[in-house]
Amino acid sequence: MSGGAYLSIQDLSVSYGNIKAVKNISFDVMEGEIVTLIGANGAGKSSTLRAISGMLPYSGQIMYKGTSLAKIPADKIVGMGIAQVPEGRGIFGSLTVLENLKLATWQRKDKAEVARDYERVFAIFPRLEERKVQLGGTLSGGEQQMLAVGRALMSRGQMVLLDEPSMGLSPVLVREIFRVIKEINASGTTVLLVEQNANMALRTAQRGYVLETGTIVFSGTGDELLHDTRVREAYLGG
Amino acid sequence: MIMDNTPSSTSTPVSKGHALLERWKMRWDRIANNRKIFPIVLAVGFILSILVPKFGLVNEYVQLVIIYIGINIILTTSLNLINGYMGEFSVGHAGFMAVGAYVSAIFTTKLLPENLEAIYFPLVVLAGGIGAALIGLLVSVPSFKTRGDYLAIVTLAFNMIVKSVIENIEVIGGPRGIPGIAKLTTLPWTFFWTVLAILVIRNFVYSNYGRGVQAIREDEIASDLMGVNTNRVKLLAFTLSSFFAGVAGALFAHVLQFISPKVFDIIKSTDVLIMVYLGGIGSITGSILGATVYTVLLEVLRPFGMWRMVLMPLMLVLLMIFRPRGIMGLREFRWLIPGFDLYALKYWRAKKEVSHGTPAS
Repeated sequence: MSGGAYLSIQDLSVSYGNIKAVKNISFDVMEGEIVTLIGANGAGKSSTLRAISGMLPYSGQIMYKGTSLAKIPADKIVGMGIAQVPEGRGIFGSLTVLENLKLATWQRKDKAEVARDYERVFAIFPRLEERKVQLGGTLSGGEQQMLAVGRALMSRGQMVLLDEPSMGLSPVLVREIFRVIKEINASGTTVLLVEQNANMALRTAQRGYVLETGTIVFSGTGDELLHDTRVREAYLGG
Repeated sequence: MIMDNTPSSTSTPVSKGHALLERWKMRWDRIANNRKIFPIVLAVGFILSILVPKFGLVNEYVQLVIIYIGINIILTTSLNLINGYMGEFSVGHAGFMAVGAYVSAIFTTKLLPENLEAIYFPLVVLAGGIGAALIGLLVSVPSFKTRGDYLAIVTLAFNMIVKSVIENIEVIGGPRGIPGIAKLTTLPWTFFWTVLAILVIRNFVYSNYGRGVQAIREDEIASDLMGVNTNRVKLLAFTLSSFFAGVAGALFAHVLQFISPKVFDIIKSTDVLIMVYLGGIGSITGSILGATVYTVLLEVLRPFGMWRMVLMPLMLVLLMIFRPRGIMGLREFRWLIPGFDLYALKYWRAKKEVSHGTPAS
């Protein structure tokens, strides 16, 4: 792997009161990779992502490009290049598609670059350009997901954290979303993907980690996990 | 933000009444969409505001009502920023108004020599606004740690604190208030401050920060994840809102000519809330209409005496049932929207005509 660990997580624990949602997990994401965290409901996948984005207090260490993310507020973390696509998309329903995208550039001062990024997002999602003055809330589920990914790209995410992008989408759209994930990865974006759709996630990702009740139980390359009998039994339906 | 007016359905049989309705709708659209109207309204309004008192075109009473409408527009627009655009629930607007009123009244009755009052009046109003803004900043730090219902309670408590603090400071009259304030609020000044409030808040709402404000209303977590500094956005919006509440308070003090803590109690805050929800949340046009309609209605209903307080709430109940989003909820006269969105709308219209009837898949 070239470039070394982009995101390095050591002994991460996240608690909600007395309940420990994530228990001392450690993993790395290298530059240019797609890494997936898979697991059932309540395994701690989303909590891990939220901790990385600075939305949850945690113990342990999260390093991004060699800097610790502890005590950095959420909006600054976005400024550093980590963009999260939240679970349930978080589209601003009464703002237009264009305004939704514009919001993601909230911190950016480089007007010319922003203009180029619009072009890039519209090249990846022609559908969004067609609908750019439509209200976010009137988009279909798939379009909203595209918009959510588009926003992450607009905030200049060198690393995109995707929280269940396939949720609530038809099989065709799921394939479409995963195709786009590969595409943005190919253009140089590192991706950390949280999924329940283990099959698609493992096919797309280079490496994967399987979470179970807050701990990592298996890890390996996408192919390895896809063919591992224990993983197959638990997550891929035998 | 774009008006999401439903496309006129061509499938239904066009009756005579329907055609008439359509024509009126078109006329209304023309008024609502014509950009040229904005400068015309400003110019005509300003000239009228000078001419009317000078030549006594309408009687004193009507002039007074117009001044109250202006003050109420400032109050409503500024509260709409918090309750409408940001989607929070602040119920202590009269508290900020009181700060503005008292700061300005202290200036004109105690500090400034009598012959200079009129000249310094704009500065006095500004001072009232700044005083309220500072208090607003102070209040917003602890109160925005809470949300929704809790914020309502915090601002309610603030309103009560302001009232009792003023009641207990003897220098400013305590519960007796400050009598004998000069009548400095004139029609042109009211017009000036009203237009300023509308323009500043409009520009704020359609700025980058304003988009942040609306994003907080939609989904605060998502806005954090988009890199919006939600704390700063909230502080700024709250400070701006209290600034204009203070300005309104200052104007109010110098038209009523007498202020006491009782004037700025919860009832006054409720009045502003009613105007916001009557006009429609998240709409500046709505705030203007809401404040105007409410103020005028209260005056029109005055002959009914006691019944006024029965009829008015009844109307509100009906409004909430038949038009829960208020008169203009989340919509806007387009001439109030700055350029970018206007372009977007034109684009959208063109699009809609091409692909008429194809719903979003």
